[in-house]
Amino acid sequence: MPAISPVPDSNQEARAAGFVFRLYVAGEAPNSQLALRNLKVLCNDHYRDDYHIDVVDVLLSPERAWTEGVIVTPTVVRLNPEPGIRIIGNLSNTDQVLSVLGFAIQAND
Amino acid sequence: MPNARMQHNKLNKVLTGIRGLDDITNGGFPRGRATLLAGGPGSGKTVLALQALVNGAKNGEPGIFVAFEEDSARIVANAATFGWNLPELEKQSLFFLDAKPRPDVVCAGQFDLAGLLASLKAKADQMGAKRIVFDSIDVLLSLLNDSLAERRELYRLSDWLVSCGLTGIITCKNNDSGQTNLDYQDFLQYMVDCAIFLRHDLENRVARRTLRIVKYRGSGFYAGEVALSLGDHGIEVVSFPLMPAYDRDITERVSSGVERLDSMLGGGYYRGAAVLLSGAPGTAKTTLCGSFVLAACARGERALFVGFDEPAHEIVRNLRSVGIDLGPHVASGLLHIQSIRSSLTGAEEHIGTLRNLLETHQPRCFVIDPLSAIINSDANASRRRMPEQLLAMTKATGVTLVCSSLLNGNDALDESTDIQVSTVADTWIHLSYDVLAGERNRALTIIKSRGTEHSNQVRELILSGSGITLTDVYQADGEVLMGTARWQKEISEKDAEEHLLAGVEHKRKELELAQAEVNARIEVLQRGMAVKRAELEMLLAAEVSRLKKTSRTHQALWGKRSGDSQKPASDC
Repeated sequence: MPAISPVPDSNQEARAAGFVFRLYVAGEAPNSQLALRNLKVLCNDHYRDDYHIDVVDVLLSPERAWTEGVIVTPTVVRLNPEPGIRIIGNLSNTDQVLSVLGFAIQAND
Repeated sequence: MPNARMQHNKLNKVLTGIRGLDDITNGGFPRGRATLLAGGPGSGKTVLALQALVNGAKNGEPGIFVAFEEDSARIVANAATFGWNLPELEKQSLFFLDAKPRPDVVCAGQFDLAGLLASLKAKADQMGAKRIVFDSIDVLLSLLNDSLAERRELYRLSDWLVSCGLTGIITCKNNDSGQTNLDYQDFLQYMVDCAIFLRHDLENRVARRTLRIVKYRGSGFYAGEVALSLGDHGIEVVSFPLMPAYDRDITERVSSGVERLDSMLGGGYYRGAAVLLSGAPGTAKTTLCGSFVLAACARGERALFVGFDEPAHEIVRNLRSVGIDLGPHVASGLLHIQSIRSSLTGAEEHIGTLRNLLETHQPRCFVIDPLSAIINSDANASRRRMPEQLLAMTKATGVTLVCSSLLNGNDALDESTDIQVSTVADTWIHLSYDVLAGERNRALTIIKSRGTEHSNQVRELILSGSGITLTDVYQADGEVLMGTARWQKEISEKDAEEHLLAGVEHKRKELELAQAEVNARIEVLQRGMAVKRAELEMLLAAEVSRLKKTSRTHQALWGKRSGDSQKPASDC
């Protein structure tokens, strides 16, 4: 099972994984929870065990979200590999997400 | 908050501290509600929002600025020119949140402001914030790209403001016509309690910013378009319904700086009056302005001289050439000379500039030379209200204003009426020139002077190295003569007078001679009379003595006859 950390900054695991995401959520807000589910499904489908999701609740650490440039929730940031990718929204638009992450869309046809 | 409506309007508002805006909104923005500032690029919505926030922060209402569009560092840097001292305020009562979306951000599905608003609430509670600005909301909403989601988030924002008790200022772009072009913008207008449109136009190549309150729930407001001025201290609303003018009976006189003009006016201008000097180029308007200022400084009064398109040192130099040396008063700080470029801004913006100058320098005497520079800078009809606003400003503070008005021609009544100053001014002096016998001579006429007995005669105005002198009216054959024509006429009249005087002398001598002759004849007659009188006396005396002698002879004869006792009759 890949690691899903509710605690920010689990750097050790983050470095270990090939794909590292940080998801900023607003507590239990529907869009935020949906984004977490969608991200997990996506990672399981495409990265198998080689990923890590770091969840940051902006309600608990608002200033941190601001300093990291996160305004709306949910926001997901790919920290690794470079270059960083930033996606906002609940990730329901799967084609869009996959496209941004560099997967060929024709897989869906 | 059902009780909100029950409260008195005034309790529900927060002062923006922006001059004029609090007047036209009847007390500021709605407290705990959202106000929308919509306008095109450069219309001043960001400055207006920030200024309202800063004014609150300075007066016990800390504020948060959420910058969706610009980096906060840039906003702070831009605002540095206004002297609001943001870095100091940022330590305590002002917080900037950089919320500009990254250019590389991708939207994949719905998102919301729940997280942002929740964290803003935490920040607001922590710093005790009372006001919040979202600048500009359309940047955020354009990411949503879904009209339902846009409405949902705007509702969320509106509810959040009410629940937090924060006074919200939301800025939003719209197009030039003032009409919103996107769905959410119409909805925004509907949602907020107060909606204000700002515009930035070019009219006759002059930039012009205006503002209009479109709606204000539960409050009266001034619905007309008003002008905005972006001055040294921020934005202000410069043209709004006039406040009642300063009402005080003033009888004090202020010297015009020209002795003869003072006496023509019955002692000078009234303190606090507005004086218009109209005239064609080169009729000594500026010199008359300079005389007034010099006289004010000589009395120790602060004075302000506003010129246009001519550097201050040139104004001083030119006036020095006619014996008006303002240099020492500028050096002492008593006089401030400000040169303004006439063509860059609209009339209202100039009014804002003048008001700020009046406030910073606090003069008692104020010169605008020429006022027509401002008026001509703005061809819009609103310029017609401009002189009134200017006068309302000076009258309110009791400043004596002398302004000149440049006319293209020589006839005052033709052109000056056009700019309306003439009707508003208390005293109107017209300067003209007469071309006669190859000379151009200056003339001064007082066209009107309220509440003053004034001379109705034209005076010749002579400009020399020692300033202005007004010479006596020289009238001949129903015409006022000036220059060498006057001199020639004076000479010829003097000759005529000498001639007349000589004639009188001659006649006097003639008469004296005649008188002497009569006197002499009287003397002769009197002497003749004396001779006759003496003659008569001699005659009478001789007769008396003859009679006495006859009587004695008769008596002696009677005595010698003696026989007759009868007394002799005396009828002999």
